[in-house]
Amino acid sequence: MIGLPHYLIVAAILLTIGVFGIFVNRKNIIVILMSIELILLAVNINLVAFSAYLHDVVGQIFAMFVLTVAAAEAAVGLAILVTFFRNRGDIAVDDASMMKG
Amino acid sequence: MALQAIAFYLLAFVTIAAGLLVVSAKNPVHSVLFLITAFFSAAGLFVLLGAEFLAMLLIVVYVGAVAVLFLFVVMMLDIDFEALRDGFAQYLPIGGLVAGVLTIEMIMVAVSVATNGKASANALPNASPGGFSNTEALGRVLYTDYVFFFQAAGLVLLVAMIGAIVLTLRHKPGVKRQDIGKQIARTPKTGMELVQIKPGEGISE
Repeated sequence: MIGLPHYLIVAAILLTIGVFGIFVNRKNIIVILMSIELILLAVNINLVAFSAYLHDVVGQIFAMFVLTVAAAEAAVGLAILVTFFRNRGDIAVDDASMMKG
Repeated sequence: MALQAIAFYLLAFVTIAAGLLVVSAKNPVHSVLFLITAFFSAAGLFVLLGAEFLAMLLIVVYVGAVAVLFLFVVMMLDIDFEALRDGFAQYLPIGGLVAGVLTIEMIMVAVSVATNGKASANALPNASPGGFSNTEALGRVLYTDYVFFFQAAGLVLLVAMIGAIVLTLRHKPGVKRQDIGKQIARTPKTGMELVQIKPGEGISE
Protein backbone atom coordinates (compact mmCIF):
# COMPACT_ATOMS: atom_id res chain seq x y z
CA MET A 1 0.00 0.00 0.00
CA ILE A 2 1.55 3.25 -1.14
CA GLY A 3 0.89 6.13 1.26
CA LEU A 4 1.95 9.70 1.82
CA PRO A 5 5.31 8.78 3.50
CA HIS A 6 6.48 7.05 0.31
CA TYR A 7 6.04 10.20 -1.76
CA LEU A 8 7.62 12.37 0.92
CA ILE A 9 10.67 10.10 1.08
CA VAL A 10 11.13 10.29 -2.70
CA ALA A 11 10.89 14.10 -2.50
CA ALA A 12 13.36 14.23 0.40
CA ILE A 13 15.91 12.10 -1.45
CA LEU A 14 15.52 14.17 -4.63
CA LEU A 15 16.01 17.40 -2.67
CA THR A 16 19.19 16.10 -1.05
CA ILE A 17 20.47 15.02 -4.47
CA GLY A 18 19.98 18.62 -5.59
CA VAL A 19 21.88 19.99 -2.59
CA PHE A 20 24.60 17.38 -3.14
CA GLY A 21 24.84 18.46 -6.79
CA ILE A 22 25.43 22.08 -5.79
CA PHE A 23 28.13 20.90 -3.36
CA VAL A 24 30.15 18.76 -5.76
CA ASN A 25 29.78 20.81 -8.97
CA ARG A 26 30.90 24.09 -7.48
CA LYS A 27 32.46 25.39 -10.68
CA ASN A 28 29.92 24.34 -13.28
CA ILE A 29 27.05 26.80 -13.10
CA ILE A 30 24.96 24.88 -15.65
CA VAL A 31 24.85 21.82 -13.38
CA ILE A 32 24.16 24.11 -10.40
CA LEU A 33 21.11 25.50 -12.23
CA MET A 34 19.97 21.95 -13.02
CA SER A 35 20.39 21.02 -9.34
CA ILE A 36 18.13 23.94 -8.41
CA GLU A 37 15.55 22.59 -10.86
CA LEU A 38 15.79 19.20 -9.11
CA ILE A 39 15.24 20.86 -5.71
CA LEU A 40 12.16 22.68 -7.02
CA LEU A 41 10.87 19.42 -8.50
CA ALA A 42 11.20 17.80 -5.06
CA VAL A 43 9.23 20.70 -3.55
CA ASN A 44 6.54 20.18 -6.17
CA ILE A 45 6.29 16.46 -5.38
CA ASN A 46 5.85 17.37 -1.70
CA LEU A 47 3.14 19.93 -2.48
CA VAL A 48 1.20 17.64 -4.81
CA ALA A 49 1.45 14.66 -2.42
CA PHE A 50 0.12 16.70 0.51
CA SER A 51 -2.56 18.21 -1.73
CA ALA A 52 -3.75 14.74 -2.74
CA TYR A 53 -3.73 13.25 0.76
CA LEU A 54 -5.35 16.29 2.40
CA HIS A 55 -8.06 16.30 -0.33
CA ASP A 56 -7.34 19.99 -0.83
CA VAL A 57 -6.63 21.33 -4.30
CA VAL A 58 -4.78 24.46 -3.12
CA GLY A 59 -1.49 22.58 -2.86
CA GLN A 60 -1.58 21.93 -6.58
CA ILE A 61 -2.24 25.64 -7.26
CA PHE A 62 0.85 26.46 -5.24
CA ALA A 63 2.85 23.82 -7.13
CA MET A 64 1.78 25.57 -10.34
CA PHE A 65 3.15 28.89 -9.07
CA VAL A 66 6.40 27.18 -8.06
CA LEU A 67 6.59 25.81 -11.62
CA THR A 68 6.11 29.32 -13.04
CA VAL A 69 8.82 30.84 -10.87
CA ALA A 70 11.17 27.93 -11.66
CA ALA A 71 10.71 28.48 -15.40
CA ALA A 72 11.33 32.23 -15.05
CA GLU A 73 14.38 31.59 -12.90
CA ALA A 74 15.85 29.16 -15.43
CA ALA A 75 15.33 31.63 -18.29
CA VAL A 76 16.95 34.57 -16.47
CA GLY A 77 19.74 32.36 -15.07
CA LEU A 78 20.67 31.05 -18.49
CA ALA A 79 20.53 34.58 -19.96
CA ILE A 80 22.96 35.78 -17.29
CA LEU A 81 25.13 32.74 -18.03
CA VAL A 82 25.23 33.55 -21.77
CA THR A 83 26.14 37.19 -21.06
CA PHE A 84 28.82 36.11 -18.60
CA PHE A 85 30.27 33.68 -21.13
CA ARG A 86 30.37 36.41 -23.79
CA ASN A 87 32.28 38.75 -21.50
CA ARG A 88 34.69 36.21 -20.03
CA GLY A 89 34.89 33.32 -22.51
CA ASP A 90 34.49 30.96 -19.57
CA ILE A 91 31.80 30.05 -17.05
CA ALA A 92 33.90 29.16 -13.97
CA VAL A 93 31.88 30.46 -11.02
CA ASP A 94 35.03 31.04 -8.93
CA ASP A 95 35.97 33.96 -11.19
CA ALA A 96 32.57 35.64 -10.91
CA SER A 97 33.95 38.38 -8.70
CA MET A 98 34.49 41.08 -11.32
CA MET A 99 31.66 43.16 -9.92
CA LYS A 100 33.52 43.43 -6.62
CA GLY A 101 34.32 47.09 -5.87
CA MET B 1 -3.23 -1.99 -5.75
CA ALA B 2 -0.22 -4.21 -6.40
CA LEU B 3 0.09 -2.71 -9.87
CA GLN B 4 0.05 0.76 -8.35
CA ALA B 5 2.83 -0.21 -5.94
CA ILE B 6 4.95 -1.59 -8.80
CA ALA B 7 4.39 1.60 -10.81
CA PHE B 8 5.28 3.76 -7.81
CA TYR B 9 8.51 1.94 -7.02
CA LEU B 10 9.54 1.92 -10.68
CA LEU B 11 8.87 5.64 -11.15
CA ALA B 12 10.47 6.56 -7.82
CA PHE B 13 13.57 4.52 -8.62
CA VAL B 14 13.90 6.07 -12.09
CA THR B 15 13.40 9.59 -10.67
CA ILE B 16 16.09 9.18 -8.02
CA ALA B 17 18.55 7.37 -10.31
CA ALA B 18 18.12 10.04 -13.00
CA GLY B 19 18.55 12.76 -10.37
CA LEU B 20 21.82 11.19 -9.22
CA LEU B 21 23.04 10.93 -12.80
CA VAL B 22 22.18 14.61 -13.42
CA VAL B 23 24.66 15.72 -10.77
CA SER B 24 27.33 13.11 -11.52
CA ALA B 25 27.36 12.85 -15.35
CA LYS B 26 30.64 13.91 -16.97
CA ASN B 27 28.98 15.45 -20.02
CA PRO B 28 26.43 18.23 -19.33
CA VAL B 29 24.41 17.17 -22.38
CA HIS B 30 23.86 13.83 -20.65
CA SER B 31 22.96 15.75 -17.49
CA VAL B 32 20.19 17.57 -19.36
CA LEU B 33 18.89 14.32 -20.84
CA PHE B 34 18.80 12.71 -17.37
CA LEU B 35 17.01 15.83 -16.10
CA ILE B 36 14.34 15.20 -18.75
CA THR B 37 14.09 11.56 -17.58
CA ALA B 38 13.69 12.70 -13.97
CA PHE B 39 10.91 15.13 -14.92
CA PHE B 40 9.11 12.48 -16.99
CA SER B 41 9.06 9.96 -14.14
CA ALA B 42 8.07 12.68 -11.64
CA ALA B 43 5.15 13.43 -13.96
CA GLY B 44 4.32 9.71 -13.71
CA LEU B 45 4.28 10.04 -9.90
CA PHE B 46 1.86 12.98 -10.24
CA VAL B 47 -0.42 10.84 -12.39
CA LEU B 48 -0.33 8.13 -9.70
CA LEU B 49 -1.47 10.74 -7.17
CA GLY B 50 -4.30 11.78 -9.49
CA ALA B 51 -2.91 15.20 -10.41
CA GLU B 52 -3.00 14.72 -14.17
CA PHE B 53 -3.09 18.42 -15.04
CA LEU B 54 0.13 19.18 -13.17
CA ALA B 55 1.76 16.09 -14.67
CA MET B 56 1.06 17.33 -18.19
CA LEU B 57 2.12 20.85 -17.19
CA LEU B 58 5.40 19.45 -15.89
CA ILE B 59 6.08 17.74 -19.21
CA VAL B 60 5.08 20.76 -21.31
CA VAL B 61 6.91 23.37 -19.24
CA TYR B 62 9.99 21.45 -18.17
CA VAL B 63 10.64 19.01 -20.99
CA GLY B 64 9.26 21.28 -23.69
CA ALA B 65 10.75 24.59 -22.58
CA VAL B 66 13.24 24.55 -19.71
CA ALA B 67 15.17 21.40 -20.66
CA VAL B 68 15.38 22.48 -24.30
CA LEU B 69 16.66 25.88 -23.13
CA PHE B 70 19.35 24.14 -21.09
CA LEU B 71 20.22 21.94 -24.07
CA PHE B 72 20.55 24.99 -26.32
CA VAL B 73 22.84 26.80 -23.90
CA VAL B 74 25.00 23.72 -23.22
CA MET B 75 25.45 23.02 -26.91
CA MET B 76 25.83 26.66 -28.01
CA LEU B 77 28.57 27.72 -25.60
CA ASP B 78 32.02 26.37 -26.30
CA ILE B 79 33.03 25.39 -22.78
CA ASP B 80 35.79 23.11 -21.53
CA PHE B 81 33.71 21.01 -19.16
CA GLU B 82 36.62 18.85 -18.05
CA ALA B 83 38.29 21.87 -16.39
CA LEU B 84 35.05 22.65 -14.55
CA ARG B 85 35.10 19.23 -12.93
CA ASP B 86 38.19 19.63 -10.77
CA GLY B 87 37.25 19.67 -7.17
CA PHE B 88 34.54 17.05 -7.77
CA ALA B 89 36.44 14.36 -5.86
CA GLN B 90 37.59 16.92 -3.30
CA TYR B 91 34.07 17.95 -2.32
CA LEU B 92 32.60 14.44 -2.67
CA PRO B 93 33.15 13.24 0.95
CA ILE B 94 31.86 16.37 2.69
CA GLY B 95 29.01 16.71 0.19
CA GLY B 96 28.05 13.07 0.69
CA LEU B 97 28.16 13.49 4.47
CA VAL B 98 25.93 16.58 4.43
CA ALA B 99 23.54 14.92 1.96
CA GLY B 100 23.35 11.77 4.09
CA VAL B 101 22.59 13.68 7.30
CA LEU B 102 20.03 15.85 5.48
CA THR B 103 18.29 12.82 3.95
CA ILE B 104 17.98 11.01 7.29
CA GLU B 105 16.65 14.11 9.04
CA MET B 106 14.16 14.91 6.30
CA ILE B 107 12.90 11.34 6.08
CA MET B 108 12.36 11.24 9.85
CA VAL B 109 10.44 14.53 9.81
CA ALA B 110 8.44 13.56 6.70
CA VAL B 111 7.41 10.17 8.08
CA SER B 112 6.38 11.60 11.45
CA VAL B 113 4.35 14.37 9.77
CA ALA B 114 2.74 11.90 7.39
CA THR B 115 1.80 9.43 10.12
CA ASN B 116 0.73 11.86 12.87
CA GLY B 117 -0.39 14.95 10.96
CA LYS B 118 -3.73 15.92 9.51
CA ALA B 119 -2.99 14.12 6.25
CA SER B 120 -2.82 10.74 7.99
CA ALA B 121 -6.64 10.81 8.36
CA ASN B 122 -7.06 10.07 4.64
CA ALA B 123 -5.77 6.69 3.49
CA LEU B 124 -6.38 7.29 -0.22
CA PRO B 125 -5.18 10.22 -2.30
CA ASN B 126 -7.79 12.42 -3.96
CA ALA B 127 -6.29 15.17 -6.05
CA SER B 128 -9.62 16.46 -7.37
CA PRO B 129 -12.09 16.86 -4.51
CA GLY B 130 -15.72 17.77 -5.11
CA GLY B 131 -16.39 15.22 -7.83
CA PHE B 132 -14.90 17.32 -10.64
CA SER B 133 -12.14 16.30 -12.98
CA ASN B 134 -8.68 17.37 -11.88
CA THR B 135 -8.44 20.18 -14.43
CA GLU B 136 -11.88 21.51 -13.53
CA ALA B 137 -11.16 21.36 -9.79
CA LEU B 138 -7.95 23.35 -10.33
CA GLY B 139 -9.66 25.90 -12.58
CA ARG B 140 -12.51 26.47 -10.12
CA VAL B 141 -10.03 27.51 -7.44
CA LEU B 142 -7.41 29.18 -9.64
CA TYR B 143 -9.77 31.56 -11.45
CA THR B 144 -11.72 32.58 -8.34
CA ASP B 145 -9.78 32.60 -5.07
CA TYR B 146 -6.35 32.85 -6.65
CA VAL B 147 -7.01 35.04 -9.67
CA PHE B 148 -4.69 37.84 -8.49
CA PHE B 149 -1.92 35.35 -7.84
CA PHE B 150 -2.52 33.98 -11.32
CA GLN B 151 -2.11 37.47 -12.78
CA ALA B 152 1.01 37.99 -10.68
CA ALA B 153 2.45 34.75 -12.08
CA GLY B 154 1.88 36.11 -15.57
CA LEU B 155 3.66 39.31 -14.59
CA VAL B 156 6.62 37.27 -13.27
CA LEU B 157 6.88 35.49 -16.61
CA LEU B 158 6.66 38.80 -18.51
CA VAL B 159 9.43 40.35 -16.42
CA ALA B 160 11.56 37.23 -16.86
CA MET B 161 11.06 37.34 -20.63
CA ILE B 162 11.96 41.04 -20.87
CA GLY B 163 14.93 40.51 -18.57
CA ALA B 164 16.27 37.61 -20.64
CA ILE B 165 15.89 39.60 -23.87
CA VAL B 166 17.56 42.72 -22.42
CA LEU B 167 20.43 40.65 -21.05
CA THR B 168 21.22 38.79 -24.24
CA LEU B 169 20.26 41.26 -26.99
CA ARG B 170 23.19 42.97 -28.62
CA HIS B 171 23.46 45.14 -31.72
CA LYS B 172 26.39 44.27 -33.90
CA PRO B 173 28.30 47.33 -35.07
CA GLY B 174 28.51 47.72 -38.85
CA VAL B 175 25.12 46.19 -39.62
CA LYS B 176 22.85 48.57 -41.55
CA ARG B 177 19.32 48.73 -40.23
CA GLN B 178 16.24 50.59 -41.43
CA ASP B 179 15.57 53.73 -39.36
CA ILE B 180 12.06 54.85 -40.24
CA GLY B 181 12.31 58.14 -38.32
CA LYS B 182 15.38 59.08 -40.28
CA GLN B 183 13.68 58.18 -43.58
CA ILE B 184 10.61 60.31 -42.85
CA ALA B 185 12.68 63.25 -41.62
CA ARG B 186 14.52 63.39 -44.94
CA THR B 187 13.64 66.50 -47.06
CA PRO B 188 14.73 67.60 -50.55
CA LYS B 189 17.08 70.05 -48.87
CA THR B 190 19.03 67.39 -47.05
CA GLY B 191 18.60 64.80 -49.79
CA MET B 192 20.22 66.60 -52.70
CA GLU B 193 22.85 69.19 -53.40
CA LEU B 194 23.02 71.60 -56.36
CA VAL B 195 26.49 72.16 -57.71
CA GLN B 196 27.41 74.91 -60.14
CA ILE B 197 29.76 73.44 -62.74
CA LYS B 198 31.90 75.64 -64.90
CA PRO B 199 32.03 74.50 -68.52
CA GLY B 200 35.05 72.43 -69.40
CA GLU B 201 36.23 71.82 -65.81
CA GLY B 202 34.22 68.82 -64.78
CA ILE B 203 33.49 68.00 -61.13
CA SER B 204 35.71 66.57 -58.45
CA GLU B 205 34.76 65.31 -55.00
